[in-house]
Amino acid sequence: MNVLAIDTSNQPMSVAVLKEGILAAELTINMKRNHSIQVMPAVDYVMNQADLKPKDLQLIAIAEGPGSYTGLRIGMSSAKSLAWSLDIPIVALSSLKVLAAQVTDQHKLIAPFFDARRGNVYAGLYERTNTGIETIQFDRNVEMTDWLKTLKEMNRDVIITSSTSHQFTDEIYDTLGKNVRLIDSVLQYPKASMLAYLAMSEEPISVHALAPQYHRMVEAESKWLEKRQKER
Amino acid sequence: MTEHNEIILAIETSCDETAAAVVQGGTELLSNVVATQMDIHQKFGGVVPEVASRHHIEQMTAVLEQAMDEADVTFDDIDAVAVTQGPGLVGALLVGVNAAKAVAYAHDLPLIGVHHIAGHIYANRLQQPFEFPLLSLVVSGGHTELIYMNEHGDYQLIGETRDDAAGEAYDKVAKALELPYPGGPQIDQLAQSGEDTYQFPRSYLEEGSYDFSFSGLKTAVINKLHQKRQKNEPIDRENVAASFQASVIDVLVNKTYQAALEHNVKQLIVAGGVSANQSLRARLQEKFEGSGIELYIPPLYLCTDNAAMIGAAASIQYHQGDFAGLDLNANPGLMME
Ligand SMILES: [Zn+2]
Repeated sequence: MNVLAIDTSNQPMSVAVLKEGILAAELTINMKRNHSIQVMPAVDYVMNQADLKPKDLQLIAIAEGPGSYTGLRIGMSSAKSLAWSLDIPIVALSSLKVLAAQVTDQHKLIAPFFDARRGNVYAGLYERTNTGIETIQFDRNVEMTDWLKTLKEMNRDVIITSSTSHQFTDEIYDTLGKNVRLIDSVLQYPKASMLAYLAMSEEPISVHALAPQYHRMVEAESKWLEKRQKER
Repeated sequence: MTEHNEIILAIETSCDETAAAVVQGGTELLSNVVATQMDIHQKFGGVVPEVASRHHIEQMTAVLEQAMDEADVTFDDIDAVAVTQGPGLVGALLVGVNAAKAVAYAHDLPLIGVHHIAGHIYANRLQQPFEFPLLSLVVSGGHTELIYMNEHGDYQLIGETRDDAAGEAYDKVAKALELPYPGGPQIDQLAQSGEDTYQFPRSYLEEGSYDFSFSGLKTAVINKLHQKRQKNEPIDRENVAASFQASVIDVLVNKTYQAALEHNVKQLIVAGGVSANQSLRARLQEKFEGSGIELYIPPLYLCTDNAAMIGAAASIQYHQGDFAGLDLNANPGLMME
């Protein structure tokens, strides 16, 4: 299967193409760049390296979030439009799950997170078993202090990984002590090839209905809901 | 297929309408699909950019598909993909720009980045041919501009607002009158049964300038309302609306007329959301009657944001070979060259 995968959830941008199920080309840039300018030229580049034309593609894989709202939409708009106009299936996967899947340790909790500012994180909990990477707790937007408490209560070895810069290192060790390991930096950046591999065994989703997973309501909307509830 | 009846798939997502259209030869509308978010933003009293962006990404491919279906075309029929590059809300623009790039890449089609205002002007060309030189009055929530054109694709800005756009002033005055969003049509409606009793100031700026300024007028209206409320005096909303509108329209119509005469134009083209305003239409018709200058105002569905106008403007760029690369980006502050 020929798969094109795109991840623009956060600062790192990764694009990869699998040719007959095997990695042909991958491009990851971890610089503060503009995803909107970079992503289609990157797609063009990896496709050329793979000697593939757009019509040769059979599946599009997209990291659906959480992450930067704008970054998510840039990738999602590109991916949806590719899948729709080429009339091929699309698979959307959690950006955190992709990060977790890069950790190869089995039977340990894997806790990927992205900094969500003001002490908050987007976090999920995963575990690698004999059959693959499993979701233990769904992605959420949570205060890091609360999230670390949740992890501590599970009383198991946990591996923490994050592709966004953060100031939580001391807090992580203080709360989880010897039960925690922070992942090596070489494994902490999302690789679109991992996204592509995972996508091959997932059910495709209807392209029109697909939207990023923001895990956070727009402030104007939550204020409006609040106001309406008070009026009742 | 000859070079002259190219078919363009166009996308517009600069504000709160997710739109796609198929346009042939720059003049023929094959389809024009607009998914409006009006009622969504109404509860917030204005467009919330993040909300708009979220709706765009949910609507985009469905709107594209509908535009292709209604035009009864396949990608084999399409000669280029066009998209609003700016100005507009950056998060909203990005959805359209990245969709356009992906579709162009997938089908190896040329990509055209279009200026939103060029689109508004070219909406008129879907109705009748242009005759140069022409003058265009662009009035919307974000724009109040007089643009002179000597030929296709040549835009010379001869006047613009120095503060609020006309549509923006409408929205703010509507808010002060506690009218629901969007305020423009509401004020127009109220004004029909009121009179210009307040005589708000008309801002013509310095002699010979074709620039506009509406913030002084807006402040005068808001201050007047404030005074009345403090003194517990009744507010005649119809008259306030009529007085405000009379001031806006006097300036718009008189300046446009002056500019049209000075530049010896053959046509005056009105564009943008505010050109839906009934009083503006009537006053322009009155003023230009017998002037020898042809006045064109597009039908309502072409005044407000749509993708057909982007496809119409893109046709000119198509024939000029003005194409964009895959690194095309949204530009919220895009200037007209
Ligand atoms: Zn507009």
